Amino acid sequence: MLNIGVFVCWCGSNIAATVDIDQVVAAAKIQPGVVFATDYQYMCSEAGQKIMRNAVLEHKLDGVVICACSPRMHEATFRKNAEKSGLNPFMVEIANIREHVSWIHKDKAVGTVKAIALVNAAIAKVSLNAPLISGESSVTKRALVIGGGIAGLQTALDIAEAGFEVDVVEKLPTIGGNMAKIDKTFPTLDCAACILTPKMVDAASHENIELITYSEVESVKGFVGSFKATIRKKARYVDEVACTGCGVCMAKCPSKKSLNEFNCGLNNRPSVYIPFAQAIPNVAVIDPQSCIKLTRDKCGLCQTVCEAKAIDFTQKDELIEREYGAIVVATGFQPIKVDKFDELGYSQNKDVITSLELERLMNAAGPTGGKLQKVSDGSHPHDIVFIQCVGSRDCTARGKNYCSKICCMYTTKHAMLIRDKYPDINVTVFYIDIRTAGKNYDEFYRRAAEDYGVTYIKGQVGKVYEEDGFLVVQGSDLISNEQIKIKADMVVLAAAIEADPSAKKVASMLTASIDTNNFLTEAHAKLRPVESPTAGIFLSGVCQGPKDIPETVAQAGAAASKVIGLLVKNKLVTNPCVAIADEMLCSGCSNCFNICPYGAIGYEEKLVNDHGIRETRRLAVVNPALCQGCGACSVACPSGAMDLLGFTNKQIMAEVDAICKK
Amino acid sequence: MHKNNLKEEIIRISGASPNKCMKCGKCSATCPSFNEMEIAPHMFVDMVIKGRVEQLVMSDATNHCLSCFACVERCPRGVEPAHIIEAIRVIKLRQSGAPQITPAQIASVIDTEIPQQALVSAFRKFRK
Repeated sequence: MLNIGVFVCWCGSNIAATVDIDQVVAAAKIQPGVVFATDYQYMCSEAGQKIMRNAVLEHKLDGVVICACSPRMHEATFRKNAEKSGLNPFMVEIANIREHVSWIHKDKAVGTVKAIALVNAAIAKVSLNAPLISGESSVTKRALVIGGGIAGLQTALDIAEAGFEVDVVEKLPTIGGNMAKIDKTFPTLDCAACILTPKMVDAASHENIELITYSEVESVKGFVGSFKATIRKKARYVDEVACTGCGVCMAKCPSKKSLNEFNCGLNNRPSVYIPFAQAIPNVAVIDPQSCIKLTRDKCGLCQTVCEAKAIDFTQKDELIEREYGAIVVATGFQPIKVDKFDELGYSQNKDVITSLELERLMNAAGPTGGKLQKVSDGSHPHDIVFIQCVGSRDCTARGKNYCSKICCMYTTKHAMLIRDKYPDINVTVFYIDIRTAGKNYDEFYRRAAEDYGVTYIKGQVGKVYEEDGFLVVQGSDLISNEQIKIKADMVVLAAAIEADPSAKKVASMLTASIDTNNFLTEAHAKLRPVESPTAGIFLSGVCQGPKDIPETVAQAGAAASKVIGLLVKNKLVTNPCVAIADEMLCSGCSNCFNICPYGAIGYEEKLVNDHGIRETRRLAVVNPALCQGCGACSVACPSGAMDLLGFTNKQIMAEVDAICKK
Repeated sequence: MHKNNLKEEIIRISGASPNKCMKCGKCSATCPSFNEMEIAPHMFVDMVIKGRVEQLVMSDATNHCLSCFACVERCPRGVEPAHIIEAIRVIKLRQSGAPQITPAQIASVIDTEIPQQALVSAFRKFRK
C-alpha cells in the first residue's frame, strides 16, 4: 500500500466558494492509503508547492493527489514539483475540482459531493500508479509553414533567420496572400505593397527558405519533432525554372474571359497569367478550367510564342515528401460572400461593392490604375456610403457571430483616403459601434471625423435600392431617432471575414482543434496563444481569429520563436504513457494495428511459454517512440492484451468504482 | 398587471429575446411604417428591456405595425421586434374586453385575394 498525500487547492475563491474544502479534506483523510491531507489557498504558488514537497519528505509519501484545476493547466507544474522532492513525476494525479465542479455548479452542497467523488477516484487511481520513465525522441531541424501570406512569410523569415530551414507551402500561384491586394495600411497609411513586397523578396531569396507555391499539403503523419508531410504540387503547365515572367504568353492568349481573382473579379485575365506584377515566383500559370488547349485540345499559341520554351501542357501534379520538426498553420482568411444580404443589393447593383473590391479600385496597380470610379459606367462618384458589420456580429445563418475586428479601421481608412484624394466626394459611414482599440487607432478614427469631414451615422442600413439612376440607402440614424434616406453613387459593404476554407481540412489533417467558426484553437487563450493543443503545431495570423496586420506580424514572430525553441533541442522527452501488449493475452488479431493512427504497432513471431506450453506466436509490439498514448488500441483489443501505461484498464476501473461507491 | 409581470408576459407571449439586441437599428432602418410609428421598432425592444412597458401598451404605434416581419427577417441577432409588438397588441386586446366582430361576420367582409398575414393585421386595427 502506498502512502498517499492529498492536497486540496482553494484557487482563491474559484473553488472555495462552491466546494466545502474542509469536507473534501476530511473525506480524503479516511480513504485507504491516505496518510496526509491538507488544503491551501493557491497550491500552484511557490508556497503551495513547498507544502507538497515538505509533506512528501515528512510523511514519506509515494503517491500524491492534487485537487485543483484541470490537469491541462498545472499537471506539469506538480509533476515537476514531485521530481524536486524525489518522487517519480507519474505518481501525481490531478482531481479537477475547478472546471469539472466549481465552475459549473452553483449549489455548494452538490459541488462538494461531486468534488469528493472525483478526489476519491483520483486516490483510487494513484494507489495503482507505477513509476514511469520518459524516453527520448529526435527532432528534425526543419519547419513547415502552411500559407504564404504576411503571417506565414513573417514566421518563415524569423525561423530562417535563426538558422533553420523552412518550407512555405502556398496553395495559390504566388505568395503574398490577402495583404498583397490591399492599397494602404492603417493607421499610418503606408502602401501595403511597399512593406509587403520586400518581405516577399526576402523570403524568396533567403537561403533557408524554400517557397512551394501552387501546392497543398495533402497528408501529415508523425508527431512533434518527426512529422512526415506529403505536399501536392499542382501542375502549372509552365516550367518554373525556364519561365522568365516576360508576359508574352499573357498578351497572346486568346482566352481572356476568366475573372481576375486578384482584382476580386473586377476585370478579366487570360488563361495563362501571372497573378500580379510583383508575384513571387514571377512565373506564369495556366488555368486548366479555361485554357483552350487543355479543355478542347486546340490553340497552344502560348507554347508557340514562348521563347523560353517554358510551356508544358503535359505537366502533371507532383507529390513531394518532406520531414519536419514543427508545423505552423498560417492559412489566413477570406471575406464572406455578401450576396445573401438581398436588402443591400450587392448582386443587383454593380455599384454596391465590398471593401476588398474598393481596395482594388483604389490601388494604383488595380483595374482602374487607382482612379476611383463607378463600376457600372466608369463615371466619377459624388456620394459614397459605407455600411459596416455586414455579416459580422450576426448570429443568423447569413453571418458570423463574432466581430471581424478590422472593419472599423479599414472603413475609416477608406473614408479618409477618399476624402483626401477627392474632396468633392461626400462620405457617410453607417456603424453599430466604432471599435478602434489599438495604438493610435482611435486618434485615426477621430481624424477622419474631425479633419476629413467623414459623416458617421450610428445605425444600420435597412435597404439599398435604385431610384432615378441613383442608389438610395435607407437606414437608421439612432442618435436623432430618424429613418433617413441618402442618395449614393456607390455603396461599400464591410464584409465579415471568415477562416480560409482550407483551414478545416488542414486542422483535421494535423489533429489540431478548431472552434465552431473554423478558427484554430490555441492551447491556452491567455498563456499559450500561438500554440495548438497538439504538440508541434503552431498558429500564425488570422487562422486563429480575426486580427489586423500589426497583430498578425506580432503573432507570426511569436509562433516563430516557439518553433525555434523546439528546433534547437536535439532530443525531446517523450511521454512514457504509451501502450504495451501483454504477450500472454495477445492473439495477434491485428485489430490494434489497424486502428493505430500513428503506425506505432508492429508484429513479431516470438517463442512464448504459456503455462508450460512452448509455442511460437504472432504478437503485437508497440514502438514507444511512435506511440502517442491515445489508447485506441486498448479499446479495440478484443482479448484485453493492450494496456496504456499510466491509464491502465485496472486504474480506470478503480476510478469508476470509486465514483460509483456510495 | 405589475410592470415587471407585464414585461415577463410580453417576453412569454412573443417568444422574442430583447436582451439579444445590440442596438444596431436595423429593424427601424428596414421598417416601412417608421414615419407612422411614434415609437419605432428599435425603441420597442429597448423599452421592453428597460421595463417601460406600460408606455408601449398605451401607445398607438402598435396599430401602425404592418406585421410585414421585415425587422424579424433582417435582425442580425434574432431579436424579433415584430413579435414583441404583436405581443403588446395581444395584451391590449385582452385588456379591452369582448371582441366587436363575431366569427360569423368575418367571411362577408373579407376579400379572398388579401394575404392572410395582412388580414390578421387588419383585424387588429379595425376592431377598435
